[in-house]
Amino acid sequence: MNSQQEFAVALLDPERDCPAQLTTWNGSDPAARFAVYRNNVLSSLIDALAASFPVLQQLVGEAFFRAMAAVYVRHSPPRTRILADYGADFPAFIEGFAPAGSLPYLADVARLELLRIRAYHAADAAPLNPDALAMALAAPERLGALLLRLQPALGLLESAFAVVSLWAAHQGALALAEVDPDQAQCALVLRNGLEVEVLGIHPGDAHFIQALQQGLPLGRAAEGACALDDGFDLGTSLTYLLRAGAITDCAYDKQRPLP
Amino acid sequence: MMIASPAQVASSAPATQPQLPCRAGISLKSPHYQQILDASPAVGFFEVHAENYLVAGGPFHHYLGLIRERYPLSIHGVGLSIGANQPLDREHLERLATLLERYQPQAFSEHLAWSSHGEVFLNDLLPLAYDAATLARVCAHIDQVQSRLQCQLLLENPATYVEFSNSSMDEATFIGEVVRRTGCGLLLDVNNAYVSSVNHHWDVQAYLRALPLHAVGEIHLAGFAEDRDAAGDRLLIDNHGAPVDAAVWRLYAEVLQLIGATPTLLERDNAIPPLDLLVQEAQRAQTLLDAARPTRRQAWA
Repeated sequence: MNSQQEFAVALLDPERDCPAQLTTWNGSDPAARFAVYRNNVLSSLIDALAASFPVLQQLVGEAFFRAMAAVYVRHSPPRTRILADYGADFPAFIEGFAPAGSLPYLADVARLELLRIRAYHAADAAPLNPDALAMALAAPERLGALLLRLQPALGLLESAFAVVSLWAAHQGALALAEVDPDQAQCALVLRNGLEVEVLGIHPGDAHFIQALQQGLPLGRAAEGACALDDGFDLGTSLTYLLRAGAITDCAYDKQRPLP
Repeated sequence: MMIASPAQVASSAPATQPQLPCRAGISLKSPHYQQILDASPAVGFFEVHAENYLVAGGPFHHYLGLIRERYPLSIHGVGLSIGANQPLDREHLERLATLLERYQPQAFSEHLAWSSHGEVFLNDLLPLAYDAATLARVCAHIDQVQSRLQCQLLLENPATYVEFSNSSMDEATFIGEVVRRTGCGLLLDVNNAYVSSVNHHWDVQAYLRALPLHAVGEIHLAGFAEDRDAAGDRLLIDNHGAPVDAAVWRLYAEVLQLIGATPTLLERDNAIPPLDLLVQEAQRAQTLLDAARPTRRQAWA
Protein backbone atom coordinates (compact mmCIF):
# COMPACT_ATOMS: atom_id res chain seq x y z
CA MET A 1 0.00 0.00 0.00
CA ASN A 2 1.59 3.33 -0.95
CA SER A 3 1.42 6.12 1.56
CA GLN A 4 -1.34 8.05 -0.27
CA GLN A 5 -3.45 4.91 -0.42
CA GLU A 6 -3.04 4.43 3.31
CA PHE A 7 -3.90 8.10 3.84
CA ALA A 8 -6.96 7.99 1.55
CA VAL A 9 -8.36 4.82 3.13
CA ALA A 10 -7.91 6.22 6.65
CA LEU A 11 -9.63 9.49 5.69
CA LEU A 12 -12.88 7.69 4.96
CA ASP A 13 -12.68 5.03 7.66
CA PRO A 14 -12.75 6.35 11.24
CA GLU A 15 -11.83 2.90 12.55
CA ARG A 16 -8.43 3.01 10.83
CA ASP A 17 -5.29 4.21 12.54
CA CYS A 18 -3.87 7.47 11.34
CA PRO A 19 -1.23 6.78 8.63
CA ALA A 20 2.38 6.06 9.56
CA GLN A 21 5.05 8.64 8.69
CA LEU A 22 3.05 11.59 10.01
CA THR A 23 5.02 13.78 12.40
CA THR A 24 4.37 16.87 14.51
CA TRP A 25 6.89 19.47 15.66
CA ASN A 26 5.96 19.09 19.33
CA GLY A 27 5.70 15.31 19.40
CA SER A 28 1.94 15.47 19.93
CA ASP A 29 -0.22 12.63 18.64
CA PRO A 30 -0.56 13.19 14.87
CA ALA A 31 -4.00 11.55 15.00
CA ALA A 32 -5.48 14.78 16.38
CA ARG A 33 -4.11 16.66 13.38
CA PHE A 34 -5.05 13.94 10.91
CA ALA A 35 -8.58 14.38 12.26
CA VAL A 36 -8.63 17.83 10.64
CA TYR A 37 -8.27 16.19 7.20
CA ARG A 38 -10.87 13.57 8.08
CA ASN A 39 -13.27 16.28 9.11
CA ASN A 40 -12.55 18.44 6.04
CA VAL A 41 -13.25 15.56 3.67
CA LEU A 42 -16.42 14.40 5.39
CA SER A 43 -17.94 17.76 6.19
CA SER A 44 -17.18 19.34 2.80
CA LEU A 45 -18.84 16.42 1.02
CA ILE A 46 -21.83 16.50 3.36
CA ASP A 47 -22.06 20.25 2.69
CA ALA A 48 -22.05 19.54 -1.04
CA LEU A 49 -24.96 17.13 -0.61
CA ALA A 50 -26.80 19.61 1.63
CA ALA A 51 -26.46 22.22 -1.12
CA SER A 52 -27.88 19.83 -3.71
CA PHE A 53 -30.69 18.37 -1.56
CA PRO A 54 -32.10 21.27 0.52
CA VAL A 55 -35.68 19.99 0.69
CA LEU A 56 -34.50 16.55 1.75
CA GLN A 57 -32.60 18.21 4.59
CA GLN A 58 -35.67 20.22 5.61
CA LEU A 59 -37.82 17.07 5.62
CA VAL A 60 -35.57 15.10 7.98
CA GLY A 61 -33.85 17.92 9.87
CA GLU A 62 -30.21 18.93 9.71
CA ALA A 63 -28.89 16.46 12.31
CA PHE A 64 -30.52 13.42 10.66
CA PHE A 65 -29.54 14.61 7.18
CA ARG A 66 -25.89 15.04 8.12
CA ALA A 67 -25.74 11.66 9.86
CA MET A 68 -27.34 9.94 6.84
CA ALA A 69 -25.08 11.84 4.42
CA ALA A 70 -22.00 10.84 6.43
CA VAL A 71 -22.86 7.17 6.00
CA TYR A 72 -23.39 7.74 2.27
CA VAL A 73 -20.13 9.71 1.83
CA ARG A 74 -18.11 6.92 3.48
CA HIS A 75 -19.98 4.30 1.45
CA SER A 76 -19.94 6.18 -1.89
CA PRO A 77 -17.31 8.92 -1.99
CA PRO A 78 -17.34 10.99 -5.20
CA ARG A 79 -16.01 9.40 -8.36
CA THR A 80 -16.15 12.81 -9.98
CA ARG A 81 -14.16 16.00 -9.35
CA ILE A 82 -17.23 18.05 -10.24
CA LEU A 83 -19.32 18.22 -7.08
CA ALA A 84 -22.47 19.26 -8.96
CA ASP A 85 -22.43 15.68 -10.29
CA TYR A 86 -22.02 14.07 -6.87
CA GLY A 87 -24.95 12.21 -5.36
CA ALA A 88 -26.44 10.51 -8.42
CA ASP A 89 -26.99 7.34 -6.38
CA PHE A 90 -27.93 9.12 -3.16
CA PRO A 91 -31.66 8.45 -3.77
CA ALA A 92 -31.02 4.72 -4.17
CA PHE A 93 -28.92 4.77 -1.01
CA ILE A 94 -31.75 6.51 0.89
CA GLU A 95 -34.20 3.86 -0.28
CA GLY A 96 -32.10 1.23 1.50
CA PHE A 97 -31.25 3.34 4.53
CA ALA A 98 -33.22 1.66 7.32
CA PRO A 99 -33.41 4.61 9.75
CA ALA A 100 -35.28 6.57 7.04
CA GLY A 101 -37.72 3.70 6.41
CA SER A 102 -40.65 5.50 8.02
CA LEU A 103 -40.52 8.20 5.32
CA PRO A 104 -40.78 6.16 2.10
CA TYR A 105 -41.15 9.27 -0.07
CA LEU A 106 -37.68 10.61 0.79
CA ALA A 107 -35.91 8.83 -2.06
CA ASP A 108 -38.26 10.31 -4.66
CA VAL A 109 -37.91 13.81 -3.18
CA ALA A 110 -34.15 13.30 -3.58
CA ARG A 111 -34.71 12.18 -7.20
CA LEU A 112 -36.66 15.37 -7.84
CA GLU A 113 -33.88 17.51 -6.36
CA LEU A 114 -31.36 15.64 -8.49
CA LEU A 115 -33.39 16.49 -11.60
CA ARG A 116 -33.39 20.13 -10.53
CA ILE A 117 -29.58 20.20 -10.17
CA ARG A 118 -29.18 18.54 -13.56
CA ALA A 119 -31.60 20.99 -15.16
CA TYR A 120 -29.77 23.94 -13.61
CA HIS A 121 -26.41 22.94 -15.09
CA ALA A 122 -27.62 21.26 -18.31
CA ALA A 123 -26.39 22.40 -21.72
CA ASP A 124 -28.02 25.56 -23.06
CA ALA A 125 -30.43 25.08 -25.95
CA ALA A 126 -32.27 27.93 -27.66
CA PRO A 127 -36.07 27.54 -27.84
CA LEU A 128 -37.65 26.57 -31.14
CA ASN A 129 -37.53 29.23 -33.80
CA PRO A 130 -41.15 30.53 -34.22
CA ASP A 131 -40.74 30.37 -38.02
CA ALA A 132 -40.19 26.63 -37.80
CA LEU A 133 -43.34 26.20 -35.77
CA ALA A 134 -45.30 28.38 -38.20
CA MET A 135 -44.09 26.22 -41.11
CA ALA A 136 -45.18 23.08 -39.30
CA LEU A 137 -48.61 24.50 -38.44
CA ALA A 138 -49.10 25.54 -42.06
CA ALA A 139 -49.21 21.86 -42.97
CA PRO A 140 -51.68 20.38 -40.44
CA GLU A 141 -51.97 17.10 -42.37
CA ARG A 142 -48.32 16.39 -41.60
CA LEU A 143 -48.42 17.37 -37.91
CA GLY A 144 -48.69 13.75 -36.80
CA ALA A 145 -45.32 12.98 -38.36
CA LEU A 146 -43.58 15.94 -36.72
CA LEU A 147 -40.60 15.17 -34.50
CA LEU A 148 -40.02 17.53 -31.59
CA ARG A 149 -36.69 17.77 -29.81
CA LEU A 150 -36.81 18.77 -26.12
CA GLN A 151 -34.19 20.72 -24.17
CA PRO A 152 -31.40 18.72 -22.46
CA ALA A 153 -32.46 20.17 -19.08
CA LEU A 154 -35.85 18.49 -19.18
CA GLY A 155 -36.49 15.63 -16.76
CA LEU A 156 -39.47 13.54 -15.65
CA LEU A 157 -40.24 11.76 -12.41
CA GLU A 158 -43.20 9.44 -11.94
CA SER A 159 -43.62 8.83 -8.23
CA ALA A 160 -45.98 6.85 -6.01
CA PHE A 161 -45.74 9.83 -3.64
CA ALA A 162 -46.73 13.49 -3.69
CA VAL A 163 -43.23 14.67 -4.62
CA VAL A 164 -44.36 17.87 -6.32
CA SER A 165 -46.53 18.96 -3.38
CA LEU A 166 -43.84 18.04 -0.84
CA TRP A 167 -41.33 20.07 -2.79
CA ALA A 168 -43.75 23.01 -3.26
CA ALA A 169 -44.57 23.03 0.46
CA HIS A 170 -40.89 23.65 1.17
CA GLN A 171 -40.90 26.61 -1.20
CA GLY A 172 -43.72 28.13 0.85
CA ALA A 173 -46.18 27.54 -2.01
CA LEU A 174 -48.57 25.45 0.12
CA ALA A 175 -48.89 24.17 3.67
CA LEU A 176 -47.07 20.93 4.45
CA ALA A 177 -49.95 19.84 6.71
CA GLU A 178 -52.26 19.81 3.66
CA VAL A 179 -50.05 17.44 1.71
CA ASP A 180 -51.03 13.77 1.56
CA PRO A 181 -47.63 12.20 0.82
CA ASP A 182 -49.20 8.94 -0.40
CA GLN A 183 -50.86 10.55 -3.41
CA ALA A 184 -49.03 9.55 -6.63
CA GLN A 185 -47.68 12.46 -8.66
CA CYS A 186 -45.66 13.05 -11.83
CA ALA A 187 -43.13 15.87 -11.94
CA LEU A 188 -41.82 17.71 -14.97
CA VAL A 189 -38.55 19.57 -14.42
CA LEU A 190 -37.22 21.99 -17.01
CA ARG A 191 -35.22 25.17 -17.32
CA ASN A 192 -37.09 28.23 -18.51
CA GLY A 193 -34.39 30.74 -19.31
CA LEU A 194 -32.21 30.71 -16.18
CA GLU A 195 -34.94 29.40 -13.85
CA VAL A 196 -35.55 25.74 -13.09
CA GLU A 197 -39.28 25.00 -12.94
CA VAL A 198 -41.04 22.05 -11.31
CA LEU A 199 -44.55 21.27 -12.49
CA GLY A 200 -47.01 18.58 -11.45
CA ILE A 201 -48.36 16.90 -14.59
CA HIS A 202 -50.84 14.13 -15.40
CA PRO A 203 -49.65 10.62 -16.22
CA GLY A 204 -50.73 11.18 -19.85
CA ASP A 205 -48.51 14.28 -20.11
CA ALA A 206 -45.59 12.36 -18.68
CA HIS A 207 -46.16 9.53 -21.17
CA PHE A 208 -46.39 12.03 -24.02
CA ILE A 209 -43.20 13.88 -23.07
CA GLN A 210 -41.33 10.64 -22.53
CA ALA A 211 -42.38 9.47 -26.00
CA LEU A 212 -41.11 12.72 -27.53
CA GLN A 213 -37.83 12.30 -25.66
CA GLN A 214 -37.55 8.82 -27.15
CA GLY A 215 -37.91 10.31 -30.64
CA LEU A 216 -41.47 9.22 -31.44
CA PRO A 217 -43.43 11.53 -33.79
CA LEU A 218 -46.06 13.84 -32.36
CA GLY A 219 -49.02 11.71 -33.55
CA ARG A 220 -47.83 8.49 -31.98
CA ALA A 221 -46.76 10.24 -28.76
CA ALA A 222 -50.24 11.79 -28.42
CA GLU A 223 -52.04 8.52 -29.22
CA GLY A 224 -50.10 6.69 -26.54
CA ALA A 225 -50.87 9.39 -24.00
CA CYS A 226 -54.62 9.34 -24.84
CA ALA A 227 -54.72 5.56 -24.49
CA LEU A 228 -53.19 5.81 -21.04
CA ASP A 229 -55.03 8.85 -19.75
CA ASP A 230 -58.54 9.98 -20.87
CA GLY A 231 -57.83 13.46 -19.59
CA PHE A 232 -54.75 13.97 -21.76
CA ASP A 233 -54.97 17.24 -23.66
CA LEU A 234 -52.41 17.69 -26.42
CA GLY A 235 -52.94 21.46 -26.68
CA THR A 236 -52.31 22.08 -22.98
CA SER A 237 -49.15 19.98 -22.96
CA LEU A 238 -47.72 21.55 -26.09
CA THR A 239 -48.58 25.08 -24.97
CA TYR A 240 -46.77 24.60 -21.71
CA LEU A 241 -43.67 23.13 -23.37
CA LEU A 242 -43.60 25.96 -25.91
CA ARG A 243 -44.11 28.73 -23.35
CA ALA A 244 -41.30 27.36 -21.22
CA GLY A 245 -39.00 27.20 -24.23
CA ALA A 246 -38.60 23.47 -23.73
CA ILE A 247 -38.97 22.52 -27.42
CA THR A 248 -35.72 23.28 -29.24
CA ASP A 249 -36.18 21.81 -32.74
CA CYS A 250 -38.80 20.31 -34.97
CA ALA A 251 -38.45 18.22 -38.11
CA TYR A 252 -40.19 15.57 -40.19
CA ASP A 253 -36.88 13.83 -40.57
CA LYS A 254 -34.29 13.68 -37.77
CA GLN A 255 -31.52 14.58 -40.19
CA ARG A 256 -33.21 17.77 -41.42
CA PRO A 257 -34.60 20.12 -38.77
CA LEU A 258 -37.02 22.88 -39.80
CA PRO A 259 -36.73 25.49 -41.16
CA MET B 1 20.18 19.90 2.11
CA MET B 2 20.65 17.39 -0.71
CA ILE B 3 18.45 17.54 -3.75
CA ALA B 4 18.82 14.49 -5.93
CA SER B 5 18.17 16.00 -9.32
CA PRO B 6 19.88 16.74 -12.60
CA ALA B 7 20.20 20.42 -13.46
CA GLN B 8 17.21 20.26 -15.74
CA VAL B 9 15.80 23.72 -16.33
CA ALA B 10 13.88 23.25 -19.57
CA SER B 11 10.72 25.17 -18.74
CA SER B 12 7.38 23.91 -19.97
CA ALA B 13 5.83 27.36 -19.45
CA PRO B 14 5.28 29.54 -22.51
CA ALA B 15 7.48 32.65 -22.59
CA THR B 16 4.74 35.27 -22.56
CA GLN B 17 1.97 35.33 -20.02
CA PRO B 18 -1.27 37.24 -19.73
CA GLN B 19 -1.21 39.13 -16.45
CA LEU B 20 -3.70 39.91 -13.77
CA PRO B 21 -3.76 43.62 -12.94
CA CYS B 22 -1.74 44.59 -9.83
CA ARG B 23 -4.92 45.13 -7.89
CA ALA B 24 -7.07 43.44 -5.27
CA GLY B 25 -9.69 40.96 -6.47
CA ILE B 26 -12.32 38.80 -4.81
CA SER B 27 -13.78 35.31 -5.13
CA LEU B 28 -16.79 35.18 -7.43
CA LYS B 29 -19.73 33.53 -5.64
CA SER B 30 -23.08 32.73 -7.24
CA PRO B 31 -25.22 34.67 -4.69
CA HIS B 32 -23.40 37.84 -5.84
CA TYR B 33 -23.74 37.46 -9.63
CA GLN B 34 -26.60 39.87 -10.20
CA GLN B 35 -25.36 42.46 -7.72
CA ILE B 36 -21.96 42.52 -9.42
CA LEU B 37 -23.60 43.18 -12.79
CA ASP B 38 -25.85 45.86 -11.29
CA ALA B 39 -23.27 47.65 -9.14
CA SER B 40 -19.93 47.01 -10.92
CA PRO B 41 -17.89 46.98 -7.68
CA ALA B 42 -14.40 48.47 -7.90
CA VAL B 43 -12.33 45.30 -7.68
CA GLY B 44 -9.38 44.46 -9.89
CA PHE B 45 -10.45 40.95 -10.89
CA PHE B 46 -12.58 37.94 -9.95
CA GLU B 47 -11.41 34.43 -9.24
CA VAL B 48 -13.47 31.26 -9.69
CA HIS B 49 -12.91 27.62 -8.87
CA ALA B 50 -12.52 25.84 -12.18
CA GLU B 51 -14.50 22.78 -11.07
CA ASN B 52 -17.65 24.82 -10.37
CA TYR B 53 -17.73 25.76 -14.05
CA LEU B 54 -17.07 22.32 -15.53
CA VAL B 55 -20.80 21.98 -16.12
CA ALA B 56 -22.45 22.02 -19.53
CA GLY B 57 -24.48 25.23 -19.37
CA GLY B 58 -26.98 27.18 -17.29
CA PRO B 59 -26.73 30.22 -15.01
CA PHE B 60 -23.11 29.69 -13.90
CA HIS B 61 -21.82 30.07 -17.46
CA HIS B 62 -24.35 32.78 -18.25
CA TYR B 63 -23.16 35.00 -15.42
CA LEU B 64 -19.47 34.17 -15.68
CA GLY B 65 -19.59 35.16 -19.36
CA LEU B 66 -21.17 38.51 -18.55
CA ILE B 67 -18.78 39.22 -15.66
CA ARG B 68 -15.78 38.15 -17.77
CA GLU B 69 -16.73 40.85 -20.31
CA ARG B 70 -16.31 43.46 -17.57
CA TYR B 71 -13.44 42.17 -15.40
CA PRO B 72 -10.15 40.27 -15.62
CA LEU B 73 -10.47 36.66 -14.45
CA SER B 74 -8.36 34.17 -12.54
CA ILE B 75 -9.28 30.48 -12.78
CA HIS B 76 -8.23 28.52 -9.73
CA GLY B 77 -8.30 24.73 -9.95
CA VAL B 78 -9.02 22.60 -6.90
CA GLY B 79 -9.33 19.16 -8.50
CA LEU B 80 -6.31 18.46 -10.68
CA SER B 81 -4.51 16.58 -7.89
CA ILE B 82 -1.05 17.52 -9.10
CA GLY B 83 0.65 15.80 -6.17
CA ALA B 84 -1.18 12.48 -6.53
CA ASN B 85 0.89 9.34 -6.78
CA GLN B 86 -0.86 8.38 -10.01
CA PRO B 87 -1.14 9.84 -13.52
CA LEU B 88 -3.03 13.08 -14.01
CA ASP B 89 -6.63 12.67 -15.09
CA ARG B 90 -6.36 13.51 -18.79
CA GLU B 91 -10.10 13.98 -19.16
CA HIS B 92 -10.06 16.55 -16.38
CA LEU B 93 -7.12 18.34 -17.99
CA GLU B 94 -9.03 18.44 -21.29
CA ARG B 95 -12.07 19.93 -19.57
CA LEU B 96 -9.83 22.59 -18.01
CA ALA B 97 -8.34 23.34 -21.43
CA THR B 98 -11.86 23.88 -22.81
CA LEU B 99 -12.75 26.16 -19.90
CA LEU B 100 -9.59 28.25 -20.31
CA GLU B 101 -10.16 28.47 -24.04
CA ARG B 102 -13.67 29.74 -23.44
CA TYR B 103 -12.92 32.37 -20.77
CA GLN B 104 -9.30 33.35 -21.61
CA PRO B 105 -8.35 34.03 -17.96
CA GLN B 106 -5.40 36.23 -17.01
CA ALA B 107 -4.18 33.56 -14.59
CA PHE B 108 -4.58 29.84 -13.96
CA SER B 109 -3.51 28.35 -10.65
CA GLU B 110 -3.56 25.01 -8.83
CA HIS B 111 -2.30 23.57 -5.56
CA LEU B 112 0.77 21.78 -4.31
CA ALA B 113 -1.40 18.97 -2.96
CA TRP B 114 -3.31 15.86 -3.92
CA SER B 115 -7.06 15.36 -3.79
CA SER B 116 -7.80 12.15 -5.69
CA HIS B 117 -6.80 8.57 -5.15
CA GLY B 118 -7.76 6.00 -7.75
CA GLU B 119 -11.18 7.07 -8.91
CA VAL B 120 -12.13 8.65 -5.62
CA PHE B 121 -12.16 12.43 -5.26
CA LEU B 122 -11.60 13.42 -1.63
CA ASN B 123 -12.44 17.14 -2.06
CA ASP B 124 -9.62 18.31 0.19
CA LEU B 125 -6.09 19.55 -0.45
CA LEU B 126 -3.99 16.79 1.07
CA PRO B 127 -0.35 17.08 2.15
CA LEU B 128 2.75 15.69 0.45
CA ALA B 129 6.03 14.25 1.67
CA TYR B 130 8.77 16.50 0.29
CA ASP B 131 11.21 14.01 -1.19
CA ALA B 132 12.91 13.41 -4.52
CA ALA B 133 10.19 11.08 -5.81
CA THR B 134 7.42 13.59 -5.07
CA LEU B 135 9.47 16.36 -6.64
CA ALA B 136 9.95 14.42 -9.87
CA ARG B 137 6.24 13.53 -10.00
CA VAL B 138 4.99 17.06 -9.27
CA CYS B 139 7.33 18.53 -11.90
CA ALA B 140 6.24 15.98 -14.52
CA HIS B 141 2.60 16.77 -13.82
CA ILE B 142 3.15 20.52 -14.01
CA ASP B 143 5.04 20.09 -17.29
CA GLN B 144 2.09 18.13 -18.62
CA VAL B 145 -0.40 20.80 -17.49
CA GLN B 146 1.59 23.73 -18.88
CA SER B 147 2.18 21.96 -22.18
CA ARG B 148 -1.49 21.17 -22.61
CA LEU B 149 -2.93 24.48 -21.40
CA GLN B 150 -0.23 26.57 -23.06
CA CYS B 151 -0.05 28.88 -20.10
CA GLN B 152 2.06 29.25 -17.01
CA LEU B 153 0.57 27.56 -13.98
CA LEU B 154 0.75 29.41 -10.67
CA LEU B 155 1.35 26.81 -7.95
CA GLU B 156 -0.11 27.58 -4.53
CA ASN B 157 1.79 26.82 -1.33
CA PRO B 158 -0.42 24.66 0.89
CA ALA B 159 -1.82 25.01 4.40
CA THR B 160 -0.95 21.77 6.20
CA TYR B 161 -1.62 20.16 9.57
CA VAL B 162 0.94 17.34 9.56
CA GLU B 163 4.47 16.79 8.29
CA PHE B 164 6.06 13.56 7.02
CA SER B 165 9.00 11.75 8.57
CA ASN B 166 10.16 10.76 5.08
CA SER B 167 10.45 14.35 3.79
CA SER B 168 14.01 15.09 2.76
CA MET B 169 13.69 18.83 2.17
CA ASP B 170 11.66 21.67 3.58
CA GLU B 171 8.60 23.05 1.81
CA ALA B 172 10.18 26.28 0.56
CA THR B 173 13.13 24.39 -0.93
CA PHE B 174 10.73 21.97 -2.60
CA ILE B 175 8.67 24.78 -4.10
CA GLY B 176 11.81 26.59 -5.25
CA GLU B 177 12.98 23.50 -7.06
CA VAL B 178 9.57 22.97 -8.72
CA VAL B 179 9.60 26.57 -9.96
CA ARG B 180 13.17 26.25 -11.23
CA ARG B 181 12.54 23.00 -13.09
CA THR B 182 9.13 23.73 -14.62
CA GLY B 183 9.07 27.49 -15.04
CA CYS B 184 5.75 27.61 -13.22
CA GLY B 185 4.93 30.64 -11.09
CA LEU B 186 4.05 30.83 -7.42
CA LEU B 187 0.67 31.70 -6.04
CA LEU B 188 1.79 32.89 -2.63
CA ASP B 189 -1.00 32.23 -0.15
CA VAL B 190 0.05 34.40 2.79
CA ASN B 191 -2.61 32.88 5.01
CA ASN B 192 -1.36 29.38 4.20
CA ALA B 193 2.21 30.46 4.97
CA TYR B 194 1.06 31.78 8.34
CA VAL B 195 -1.15 28.76 9.12
CA SER B 196 1.58 26.23 8.25
CA SER B 197 4.23 28.20 10.13
CA VAL B 198 2.14 28.21 13.30
CA ASN B 199 1.13 24.57 12.84
CA HIS B 200 4.71 23.36 12.33
CA HIS B 201 6.54 25.92 14.43
CA TRP B 202 8.39 27.30 11.41
CA ASP B 203 9.93 30.76 11.33
CA VAL B 204 7.51 32.37 8.89
CA GLN B 205 9.98 35.10 7.94
CA ALA B 206 12.62 32.53 7.04
CA TYR B 207 10.01 30.44 5.20
CA LEU B 208 8.91 33.40 3.07
CA ARG B 209 12.46 34.42 2.26
CA ALA B 210 13.34 30.87 1.22
CA LEU B 211 10.49 30.79 -1.33
CA PRO B 212 11.15 31.72 -4.98
CA LEU B 213 9.64 35.16 -4.47
CA HIS B 214 10.73 36.34 -7.93
CA ALA B 215 8.12 33.93 -9.36
CA VAL B 216 5.08 35.17 -7.42
CA GLY B 217 2.28 35.95 -9.89
CA GLU B 218 -0.56 36.28 -7.42
CA ILE B 219 -1.16 36.50 -3.67
CA HIS B 220 -4.04 34.92 -1.73
CA LEU B 221 -5.36 36.27 1.55
CA ALA B 222 -7.98 34.43 3.60
CA GLY B 223 -9.18 33.75 7.10
CA PHE B 224 -8.53 30.74 9.34
CA ALA B 225 -10.18 29.01 12.29
CA GLU B 226 -8.27 28.21 15.44
CA ASP B 227 -8.04 24.87 17.24
CA ARG B 228 -5.57 23.06 19.53
CA ASP B 229 -3.56 19.94 18.83
CA ALA B 230 -3.16 16.96 21.20
CA ALA B 231 -0.46 18.83 23.16
CA GLY B 232 -2.63 21.92 23.52
CA ASP B 233 -0.57 23.96 21.02
CA ARG B 234 -2.26 26.23 18.47
CA LEU B 235 -3.52 24.47 15.37
CA LEU B 236 -4.84 26.81 12.69
CA ILE B 237 -7.33 25.55 10.14
CA ASP B 238 -7.42 27.16 6.71
CA ASN B 239 -11.20 27.36 6.34
CA HIS B 240 -11.72 30.37 4.02
CA GLY B 241 -14.67 31.20 6.21
CA ALA B 242 -13.56 34.27 8.17
CA PRO B 243 -12.10 37.73 7.58
CA VAL B 244 -8.32 37.97 7.16
CA ASP B 245 -6.55 37.84 10.55
CA ALA B 246 -4.52 40.83 11.78
CA ALA B 247 -1.33 38.73 11.81
CA VAL B 248 -1.88 37.82 8.14
CA TRP B 249 -2.47 41.48 7.21
CA ARG B 250 0.89 42.33 8.84
CA LEU B 251 2.60 39.51 6.98
CA TYR B 252 1.00 40.66 3.72
CA ALA B 253 2.41 44.18 4.19
CA GLU B 254 5.86 42.63 4.74
CA VAL B 255 5.49 40.52 1.59
CA LEU B 256 4.65 43.64 -0.42
CA GLN B 257 7.81 45.24 1.00
CA LEU B 258 9.79 42.26 -0.30
CA ILE B 259 8.25 41.84 -3.76
CA GLY B 260 6.31 45.02 -4.54
CA ALA B 261 2.70 45.33 -5.67
CA THR B 262 1.27 41.96 -6.75
CA PRO B 263 -2.27 40.93 -7.80
CA THR B 264 -4.02 39.92 -4.57
CA LEU B 265 -7.13 37.82 -4.04
CA LEU B 266 -9.35 38.02 -0.98
CA GLU B 267 -10.44 34.40 -0.87
CA ARG B 268 -13.74 33.38 0.70
CA ASP B 269 -15.45 30.03 0.15
CA ASN B 270 -17.48 29.44 3.32
CA ALA B 271 -19.83 31.61 5.38
CA ILE B 272 -20.08 33.91 2.34
CA PRO B 273 -20.76 37.47 3.60
CA PRO B 274 -22.59 40.19 1.66
CA LEU B 275 -20.69 41.39 -1.41
CA ASP B 276 -20.02 44.78 0.20
CA LEU B 277 -17.96 43.19 2.98
CA LEU B 278 -15.79 41.31 0.49
CA VAL B 279 -15.29 44.50 -1.51
CA GLN B 280 -14.33 46.37 1.69
CA GLU B 281 -11.75 43.72 2.54
CA ALA B 282 -10.36 44.01 -0.99
CA GLN B 283 -10.17 47.79 -0.58
CA ARG B 284 -8.00 47.32 2.50
CA ALA B 285 -5.61 45.23 0.39
CA GLN B 286 -5.84 47.82 -2.40
CA THR B 287 -4.69 50.55 0.00
CA LEU B 288 -1.59 48.50 0.85
CA LEU B 289 -1.02 47.78 -2.85
CA ASP B 290 -1.24 51.47 -3.70
CA ALA B 291 1.42 52.22 -1.10
CA ALA B 292 3.76 49.46 -2.32
CA ARG B 293 6.48 50.03 -4.85
CA PRO B 294 5.80 48.73 -8.36
CA THR B 295 6.99 45.20 -9.10
CA ARG B 296 10.04 44.69 -11.26
CA ARG B 297 7.73 43.61 -14.07
CA GLN B 298 5.85 46.92 -13.91
CA ALA B 299 9.05 48.92 -13.59
CA TRP B 300 10.37 47.33 -16.79
CA ALA B 301 7.18 47.97 -18.72
